[in-house]
Amino acid sequence: MLTVIFDGIASGMLLFLISVGLSVTLGLMGFVNLAHGAFAMLGGYVCVMLLNQAQLPFLAAVPLAAVVAGLAGIVLERTLYRRLYGAAHLDQVLFSIGLLLMAIGAAHFFFGDQQQPVVLPHFLHGQINLPGLDIGIYRLFLVVTGLAIAAGLELLVRRTPFGARLRAAVDNATAARGVGIDVGSVFTLAFALGSALAGLGGALGIEVLGLDPGFPLKYIVYFLIVVAVGGSGSIKGSLFAAIILGIADVAGKYYVPQAGAFAIYAVMIAMLIVRPEGLFGRRLAR
Amino acid sequence: MSAVLETKGLVRCFGRFIAIDQVDFRVQAGARHALIGPNGAGKTTLIDLLTGFLEPTAGDVLLDGEHVTRLRQHQRARRGLVRTFQINRLFPDLTVLESVLMAVNERRSLANRFWRAAGSFDAAVDDACAVLADLNLVEVANVRTRKLAYGKQRLVEVALALASRPRVLLLDEPAAGVPAAESREVLETISRLPRSVTIVLIEHDMDLVFRFADRVSVLVNGALLAEGEPEAIARDPAVQQVYLGEAVDG
Amino acid sequence: MAGAWLAESTVARFDRSGVARAARWHPAEWAFWLLAPAAYFAFPHHLVFVSQIAITALFCVSLDLILGYAGILSLGQTAFFGVGAYTAGLLASHGVGDPLLGLLAAGACAAILGFTTGFLVLRGADLTRLMVTLGIAMMLYEAANKLTSLTGGVDGIQGMKVEPLLGRFGFDLYGRTAFWYSLVMLFTLFWVARRLVHSPLGLSLRGIHANAARMPALGTPVDWRLSAIYTIGAAYAGVAGALLAQTTQFVAVDVLAFPRSADLLLILVLGGAGTLYGAVVGTIVFLTARHLLSDVDPQYWQFWMGALLVLIVMFARDGLVGSVLRLVRRIR
Repeated sequence: MLTVIFDGIASGMLLFLISVGLSVTLGLMGFVNLAHGAFAMLGGYVCVMLLNQAQLPFLAAVPLAAVVAGLAGIVLERTLYRRLYGAAHLDQVLFSIGLLLMAIGAAHFFFGDQQQPVVLPHFLHGQINLPGLDIGIYRLFLVVTGLAIAAGLELLVRRTPFGARLRAAVDNATAARGVGIDVGSVFTLAFALGSALAGLGGALGIEVLGLDPGFPLKYIVYFLIVVAVGGSGSIKGSLFAAIILGIADVAGKYYVPQAGAFAIYAVMIAMLIVRPEGLFGRRLAR
Repeated sequence: MSAVLETKGLVRCFGRFIAIDQVDFRVQAGARHALIGPNGAGKTTLIDLLTGFLEPTAGDVLLDGEHVTRLRQHQRARRGLVRTFQINRLFPDLTVLESVLMAVNERRSLANRFWRAAGSFDAAVDDACAVLADLNLVEVANVRTRKLAYGKQRLVEVALALASRPRVLLLDEPAAGVPAAESREVLETISRLPRSVTIVLIEHDMDLVFRFADRVSVLVNGALLAEGEPEAIARDPAVQQVYLGEAVDG
Repeated sequence: MAGAWLAESTVARFDRSGVARAARWHPAEWAFWLLAPAAYFAFPHHLVFVSQIAITALFCVSLDLILGYAGILSLGQTAFFGVGAYTAGLLASHGVGDPLLGLLAAGACAAILGFTTGFLVLRGADLTRLMVTLGIAMMLYEAANKLTSLTGGVDGIQGMKVEPLLGRFGFDLYGRTAFWYSLVMLFTLFWVARRLVHSPLGLSLRGIHANAARMPALGTPVDWRLSAIYTIGAAYAGVAGALLAQTTQFVAVDVLAFPRSADLLLILVLGGAGTLYGAVVGTIVFLTARHLLSDVDPQYWQFWMGALLVLIVMFARDGLVGSVLRLVRRIR
């Protein structure tokens, strides 16, 4: 049982990495970006290409994939996304679904529909076997990386000037502009950071979550659950929600395989009934 | 004479900030009651609490002696407690006539009717037209609200309240940010309202307060500093101190 | 008595046409609906396909009612569509084959589901609603997938026997009965929806869409109104699902799958939300295009659909019908 929980936490870390960017863009720009999973997918495919074609080592390919995803984020934000910041939520949803379909179509075209295999480096293979708990090395790696990044993000947001500007812009963009904060570039950087993290999650997740063109659609619900339950704009909230969701998902699949994803949706709905604004979020004004 | 609207020990906190501090506010029936005070005193918050837009941390709101603290906004509105907003809250894509008609329909309990066209309920449309005529909005009746100038939009904001035929009307700075022509319109219409309508007016313009109000309450830092007739309030040294920083002789 | 309350000013019988005119049927509408039966003679070998258009149009109208008019952001109409389809399918496979009875039962079941889940949907802002509606639809999909003894899973319900409509008109391979059945149901329910959106209830829903926060101050019980339209939308979707089940004599889990929700949203945006006709026109354009381009690789289709969606949102937000209406207003 402890193994299940541990695996769940590892899954949760991946979900956290991918979803935290979505949470930030929603909390910051109020933008419902359903295409967020596409950045994770991009990170995954870039990583695969770097590993297979460029023969780069795993620990080099993964960060590079994240950087590429981040750059893609900058380009898309500047050219497309920023035109829709003030738009109605419906428009943003439609727009991002459109982008998502384009991304999936492109993935099909370039890579075909099969699952992408990835070969992990030696030192990430194997398990540590404790009584009652099997710790997969790769999963341990995921948990450590996830926690490190979460800590790094908290530091970034709470202790750095950029973080202060970010928090100001989230709280009140107009006032922030009035104080001289370049809210536009804060948005761009935040979007880029979120996309890069998603790319990182996508690359790291190939082994655990798989990678095929259907990836964003398969997991979009998970990402949205993390954001909706964790509260938009909250890093801590995303972390907790992602871990809870990861554990619920793994446990559900292990103990009640017949239920399938049913449990996930039920848990999400239950949490949203109790706290419509998410675990840590503020009540979104309608 | 019993109060038509009153609060008892009303308190509202936002975290550790006490926005409304043990307020006992009483409005007599038929009064023209002004609520004044410096910016940030909590006047709009008080209106929000009276109408149910906000829930109090403690205390009670009574309408005609009946406890309405537990009632939600729409229930209080149906009992005749109606407000306008300091910043217009209108319906951008509806025309002026449609917006006002919507308010009339609620009052006449027609809003649940789903078969006949809204335009076919002549009495309701007549009521809406009457409100528009009184506020000189007839020419723009079929214009979408988003296309109107701010001043005209303010008139629509007031029209929405009047369409509900309130018994107690809470006006939050009705003439704020409005050009002279429209603000005259607003004030003339309001002054023509019968005494069966009780009016509470948040205002900064002292001329207006003296012309219009028969009673004034002064709210400072969430508490009622003074209450009385306009002349008495003007002479009150504590009030002068709040506004001018020092007591004035005379 | 009217008008006497405020002042002596007379009630001007001025231009009330804005409110009154909208409810009257425009000649273009007459033309549209009179043309519809002509399809029977124009496309005699494609009647099944045309029926599918009518059914999907009805399904899209259900989304327009809750999304286009009331502003409820929902990705879960498929839940009601699926419930309606399965209700009709299960009735037909257990001896109750009368189509109209099945339709009624389907609408009722979907309405009940809509009413009970409606209150969950009303809480929270747009994102929460999106999630909850999607979640409910996905839960039903998963349930249908697992309860294969009841639903037949991917293979569908076995042994559906749909009896002849009104005891006389059997459902045949050519789709003749299906055509008239679907078209008449579409028109009837469209007509009801049209009356609804022009009624005082419809007006208050538009008000809630435009500024939900202002409505309670007017005395509107917002939650009940939204719950009402959500239930009605659910019933419409349920009827559409039942029509699909009865005309194709087949129901499988794909009636609850996510792509149907996404397609529906695309269709509504393409046609123009908040116009009712947008739902119908959008369906005609989308399904016809998909039919004509059916030999195109699905991946290309997906990519270009995405691009179309992006372009519409950025440049032609009102959709086909919406843009036409906007032009007409400007000319007038």
